[in-house]
Order: sequence, then C-alpha cells, then structure tokens
Amino acid sequence: MKLRPLPASRLFWTGAAAFAVAMLLPLYASGYVLGLLTVAYYTAVFAMSWDLLFGFAGEVNFGPTFLIGVGAYTAGILDARLSPGISIYLCILAGAAAAVVAGVALALPALRVSGPYFGLTTLVAVLMLQNFIIVAADLTGGEIGLAVPDVITIDASANYWIAFCFMTVSGAILFGLSRSPIGLILQASGQDKVQAGALGFNVTKHKLVAFIVSAFFSGLAGALMVFYMGTASVGSFVDISVGVQIIIAAVLGGRRTVIGAAMGAVFLIGMGELLRPLGELATLIVSVIALCVILYFPDGFVGMLRGGARA
Amino acid sequence: MLFWQILIDGFAISALYALGATGFTLIFGVSGVLNLSHGAIMVGAAVAAWAASSELGLGPYAGALVGVVTGVVLSFATYFLTVRPIQTSRKIAEAEKEIFILTATLLWGIIIQEAIAYLFTNNAKTVLPIVDGVVIVLGVRTPSNEIFTAFVCWFAIGLLWLLVNRTKRGKAVMAASMNPRGVTLLGIELSSIYLTVWAAYGLLAGTAGILLGMFLGVSSYSVGPLTASAFSIVVLGGLGSVSGSLIAAYVVGYLETATAYLVSPAYRTIPALLLLVVVMYLRPQGLFGRR
Repeated sequence: MKLRPLPASRLFWTGAAAFAVAMLLPLYASGYVLGLLTVAYYTAVFAMSWDLLFGFAGEVNFGPTFLIGVGAYTAGILDARLSPGISIYLCILAGAAAAVVAGVALALPALRVSGPYFGLTTLVAVLMLQNFIIVAADLTGGEIGLAVPDVITIDASANYWIAFCFMTVSGAILFGLSRSPIGLILQASGQDKVQAGALGFNVTKHKLVAFIVSAFFSGLAGALMVFYMGTASVGSFVDISVGVQIIIAAVLGGRRTVIGAAMGAVFLIGMGELLRPLGELATLIVSVIALCVILYFPDGFVGMLRGGARA
Repeated sequence: MLFWQILIDGFAISALYALGATGFTLIFGVSGVLNLSHGAIMVGAAVAAWAASSELGLGPYAGALVGVVTGVVLSFATYFLTVRPIQTSRKIAEAEKEIFILTATLLWGIIIQEAIAYLFTNNAKTVLPIVDGVVIVLGVRTPSNEIFTAFVCWFAIGLLWLLVNRTKRGKAVMAASMNPRGVTLLGIELSSIYLTVWAAYGLLAGTAGILLGMFLGVSSYSVGPLTASAFSIVVLGGLGSVSGSLIAAYVVGYLETATAYLVSPAYRTIPALLLLVVVMYLRPQGLFGRR
C-alpha cells in the first residue's frame, strides 16, 4: 500500500468538518447526546488501539477487552478500596500501568503463535478474566458490578471535552506511530513475517512494542471510562460482545488507518442509539449494514472517502 | 457413586461437544475457514426445532427434522452470503481474506442471534425430547435423553467417518483437505466439494444444536459461549484433525463435569481454560495438530 500525503483531499476535508462539528457540539447538543458521544469517543480509543495491533501487525486479537478490563477494574478497585485517601488520577495511571503489565503477560505466550492460535490465546485471556471477576466477587463486585465512589466530574460537557481531547491526543499518537518506522516495520511483518525478519528487523520485538502501546491506551481509556460511568461491570468492559463491537468498529471504518477505527466506533454507537426505538431490531440492522460494508467496501469508510482510487 | 455419575454425565456432555466440534474442524480442514457463526447456527437449529415441536405442536420427530433442515439452510446461507463473496472478491487482498472471513462470519452470527432474539425472545428454550423418562445405569439415575444424546452423537460421527473413508465423494473431500490443487488437477470441481462439506457441516451443527436444546436448553445468549467452546476444543485437538477434536472434546467435557461435581459449578470452565493456555504455550499446534 502506498502511503498518501496527509491532506488527501476528500478524506482530509471530511475529517476537518467532523472535527469542527465535534468542537461546536457542546454549545448546542443536549447532555444526553454528549453522554452518548463520550462513550463513543472512549470506544473509539479502544478501536484505534486494536487497529494498531491488528491492522498493522496483522494479528487477529480477540482480546481487546482483556486489556481494557484489567485497566478499568484495577482503577476501579483501587478507588473503591482506598476511596478518600487516593487521587483518582493515580488510580487511572495505575489502571494504565496494570494494562501494560497484562499486555506483556499476554504477549509473551501469544506472540509465540500466530493466526487462529493467536486469536484463541487472546480469546481465552478474556474468558479467564471474566471468570476471575465473577469468582472473586468480594473484590470485584462479581456479576453485579463494581460501584466506584468517585467520578471525575458530573458535568456532561466537561466529560465530553475530556473524552474528546483524550481521543484526539491518543489518536494523534497512534496515527503518528503508525506512520513512523515502527509502524512501517509492523506493516511489513504483518504482510510477510519471514521477509521482514530476513531484512534484519526484529519482528517479535516490534510486535511487543505494538502490544504495549495498544495495552497502554486501552487501559487508560478503560480507566477513564470507569470514572465517567461510576461503575465497572463485566457487561460493559470485559464481555466478548464488547470486544466484538470494537473489532467490527475497526474493520468497518477501515483497517490500517487508525482514524477509520474512530469513525467506525462513533458510527456504531450512534447508529445503535438512533435505531433504539426499533428495540431488538437495532443491533440486527447495524450488523447487516456492517456486513454489507465489509463485503462490498473492504476498505471501510476511509476507503469509501478515498473514492476507491487505491491500487 | 459420584465417580459413576461423573463418568456418565461427562460422557454425554463430551459426546455433544465432540459432535459440535467435528463440523467446525471439518470446515477448517477442507476450506481453511474458521466459521465464527458456529454457535448461532447451532442455536438457530435448536430454536427452529423448539418452535416446530412445541409452538406449532408438530411433535418431537417433525420438530427435529425442521431443526436439521434449518441447520443446513443456515450453513448454506453462511457459505453463500459471507464466505464465498469474500473468497471470490477481487477487492480484498489474498492475505487478508482470513480476517475478513472471521469478521464476516462473526457479524453473520450476530445477525442470526439478533433475529432469533427478535422473533422468539431471549428466553431459554428446551426442545421437546424424543425420549422421556429415567433409567438406572450403574446405580446412577440417568435421564434416558442423556443416553439418547450420546448415542445419536456417536452415530452421526460414525456416519461421517463412513462418508469420508468409504465413499468416493468423501475421499475427494479428504483429498481436498490435503491438497486442493491436486484435486482440481484430477478433474474434481473444488466448489462442489465445498458444497458437500458445508452440507455435512449443516447436518452436524444442526443435530448438535437440537440435542443441546433437548439436553440443556438454549437461548440466544448461548451463541457466543458455544462458538468459543467449539473453537477451544478444535484448537486444543489441533486445527483440522478430526480425531484430535474428538479426544479434546472428551478432555474438556470430563474436566468440566469433574470440576462441577467435585469443586463447584461456578468454577466449571476454569480448568479447561488453564489447560488450553498451557497447551498453547507448550504445543501451539494443539495436541494432535499436524502443522
């Protein structure tokens, strides 16, 4: 794939327009819409981190929620246990750090294998975490969920800004990384591992870096989201269906683009909400749309905006 | 007493796992497709059997027939709506087809799951069992249905074995799993082999789904766990190895049953997951993988 110069016409202007709308939104939109977008922006960070690992390194990671869950629950448990005596920012940092440790612990066995085996190892990690949370109910709140005593703020537009800035900054970092030599080596190793190795690149080392970066942002986003929602539960952070949504968002938006992942996440959450009056049918319709996009526009939203001019 | 109980219950559960995983591994072995809508197809067949037998009052036999047909229809739908368009697509790079098939079958599974939830609600459904009553086996009160399940599972697996090893068509399927190009050179249409495999898969997954529905009951929530457990069993046994999957199904089935009886039902799946991690670490190709 040839990398285009950044202001790639249509894509660039759409992005700029979306950015402008997002900046102006808190002035006009209701608290409800802002709350929805706050969640969408955190999900966007999950999807972007996943894209770095999968889109570039070419590994099917079914376990994004393992990293997110570890980050979210570490931050949540620390706060719930030590509430007045600990700053929530310390909890958030601890959550991100724990996610990085978990990422390394998962990467060491997982990177020995590839393809479906890698996918399964990451899937098992999620299932184990889910089991652990349910069994260790005293610590984690089990199936009911963990109530966190503190939140960052209850102001809807402040929360919106935090999520938006966080998404922009982490998106910029992830995008920069993907365009850096590290990103190119990852992409090369994703396309042909043996050849990339033969050129003298340490494939495993670069994949480990991708894993750590992905884990850091997933964990950080998870921890921030806990302090936005005020609770942590298996259903909202760890469950496989959450991971599936992240994967679909990234593929829908367009793999290997980082920005596409964010678009996919906002689209998925927005559509899910728009169609909510239809009840059970909402997820069905969103899934059908996503399936059609994947089948007919394999490059996702970003590919559509580029106008299919790709070679 | 407890020992026999674990032995008998575990045998039936494991047979069910084995049947579910066989179809999954067959598809992978022949066409390299990991079908993540597996659980949805099983549940779809079970719910169709439930609707036909209980709601429409057609009785257990007609219900089971409707279920099996639904399984085959869903299997073909999976192939024609998601797998084949991707395999023949020119827009998708060859190296990326695997992930596209994974994502598309995953989405397809969600679509089936949501359609079931919409049409038949999320409630758990128990398919009308074909055999009723309880028998005493080795001093253990066992539902006849459990014995029936184990019997049908092994009968279906035996039929599959006969099909693959004793018929011309089956041998062609076997050959295609070893070397697709060689099979085409012998003048056998590869796409018709795929159709055979997907039909067999639909029969196996459908039967497994209905038996599960009679034995434990299903709901649209079981879709994800069912796919995950088939995936783990198949990888544990070695992707593409049918005998490996059968053995792995028994290992997982007995581990789960023993844990449920001896420790606590809450810990049921944990030892199997731990075993899976250890196997992935020490022997990534699975217990009987041929990679």
